Amino acid sequence: MKRLTLNAAAMAVLIMTIFPVYWMFLTAFKPTRDIQAATPTFWPADPTLEHFATAVNAPGFWTYWRNSLVVTVAAVLIALVVALLAAFAAARMRWRGRGAFVVAVFAAQMAPWEALLVPVFIIARDTELLDSLAMLTGVYFMITLPFTIVTLRGFLAAIPLELEEAAQVDGCSRMVAFRRVVFPLLAPGLMATSLFGFITAWNEFAFVNVLIIKDQDKRTLPVWLSSFSDVFGTDWGATMAAASLFALPALLLFLFLQRRVGTGMTAGAVKG
Amino acid sequence: MRTRSLWPYLLIAPTVAGGAFLLLYPLLKAAVISFQHFRMGELIRGGAAFAGLDNYAELLAGEEFWQVLWRTVVWTAINVVLIVVLSTGVALMLVRLRRGLRLALMSALALAWATPIVAATTVFQWLFQSELGVVNWLLVTLGFDSFRGYTWFANGTATFAVLVILVVWQSVPFAALTLYAGLTTIPAELYESARIDGGTGWQVFWKVTLPILRQLFALITSLEVIWVAKCFPQIWVLSQGGPDGATTTLPVYAFKIARVLHRYDLGSAVAMLTVVVLAVALVSNLRRMVRQ
Repeated sequence: MKRLTLNAAAMAVLIMTIFPVYWMFLTAFKPTRDIQAATPTFWPADPTLEHFATAVNAPGFWTYWRNSLVVTVAAVLIALVVALLAAFAAARMRWRGRGAFVVAVFAAQMAPWEALLVPVFIIARDTELLDSLAMLTGVYFMITLPFTIVTLRGFLAAIPLELEEAAQVDGCSRMVAFRRVVFPLLAPGLMATSLFGFITAWNEFAFVNVLIIKDQDKRTLPVWLSSFSDVFGTDWGATMAAASLFALPALLLFLFLQRRVGTGMTAGAVKG
Repeated sequence: MRTRSLWPYLLIAPTVAGGAFLLLYPLLKAAVISFQHFRMGELIRGGAAFAGLDNYAELLAGEEFWQVLWRTVVWTAINVVLIVVLSTGVALMLVRLRRGLRLALMSALALAWATPIVAATTVFQWLFQSELGVVNWLLVTLGFDSFRGYTWFANGTATFAVLVILVVWQSVPFAALTLYAGLTTIPAELYESARIDGGTGWQVFWKVTLPILRQLFALITSLEVIWVAKCFPQIWVLSQGGPDGATTTLPVYAFKIARVLHRYDLGSAVAMLTVVVLAVALVSNLRRMVRQ
């Protein structure tokens, strides 16, 4: 009986958790007459791709798609490299100012990014980086960097120093020891942090709105999606198809990496 | 291993440079702007004059700021309490589930977590749509006939409620999975001995689980307070702070007065005050975390 209640409760949570995502994809595949039916259907009777065609053929879709991908991937990669260097210094070396550095990075996670919109706009304008993907990449890199350092430091600290030293005793240089021994062990940590960075940058909405003003070709998917639902306000099929196309990369990446990362992700984040 | 070399400083140099240019400098700049007369003209021409505490005086003297502040406190409290309670329940549930159902639930949580904010917000607009939305259909089917064609986004309280549901739905996965990870580290013997001593489920939770996970709970609660209080795209995309300002929290307010009224000075002052309020709210927690 107790087991039955537990399973029923778990099913209820499962349905409530997954339903909005399911409803988004389902609506995207439904013919318009089904979407506008008085009684909703919960299973795709005769799925159609017409809404996806509407979304993909909307002006700018491919440009914004490419912009989003370029900016996100670049920001995540730069953040990973820069964070790995800093995390190594913070986790593996003793130096004057280390404590202050770690606290500063921890505090930087709480940076009031919304408060920085106007100054960042001014910096971009004065360096003639308005309407440029480079500036956007820089900002996203900085938004994800503190979290990346904290998490990687947590993962690095969990890898015993003795492993590295053993490799050095065996005649490897410190660089080689790091690459051969530590780096493979760090792989889940790198994946977890890049996942988090990807979602943050892929999602970002406020800075694109402020930094991309004149050149519409430099906009990214979140902005496109929010304006798309304004323009296509009554066409819920097309809007949900657009939302699905926007969500898909993040969902796929998450499902793909989640298996490898497991709970290590949260453990790493918490240990930080 | 004590190194007297330059290496650590070289390794952190890119981080320090990035932080100085894209975080520290803008932060100082925002602080300076909040003490200036800085509007459209100053943004274009430059040469802003200092105005002392005028912006802060204007804010604190007006009624709207206090309303927004109070609304932000209520918004944060409701969301964070719901998130912590629900994710604790889900985490405790995950520990007890059989493998198959547990993996299914964890995947569902991961999918909800990974759904980009703007996409999720658009979906919630669709779920709560007045004529075709599935929520109204469900409520009418369950017998709540007053929800036939109910326009959620015309009513302030209803819009607020939808936003709470959206933010809780998005936030529970991270908190639940993190707490679950924490729960799995508690040795089973502790539970067994507590049960042998005759503890009920509640007693075991209060006397065993909670004390062990206290730091994790503190960490999650303070992270959620920060995220919920600063949450912006959900509110902006869904309601732009409306209707009638019913969902205008501090970040939305700062964005509105900067973007719509071109009062960059006042917007920066709001942002600075947000930081101060959050710092005061979290000071004891932060101190504990830094000490660790």
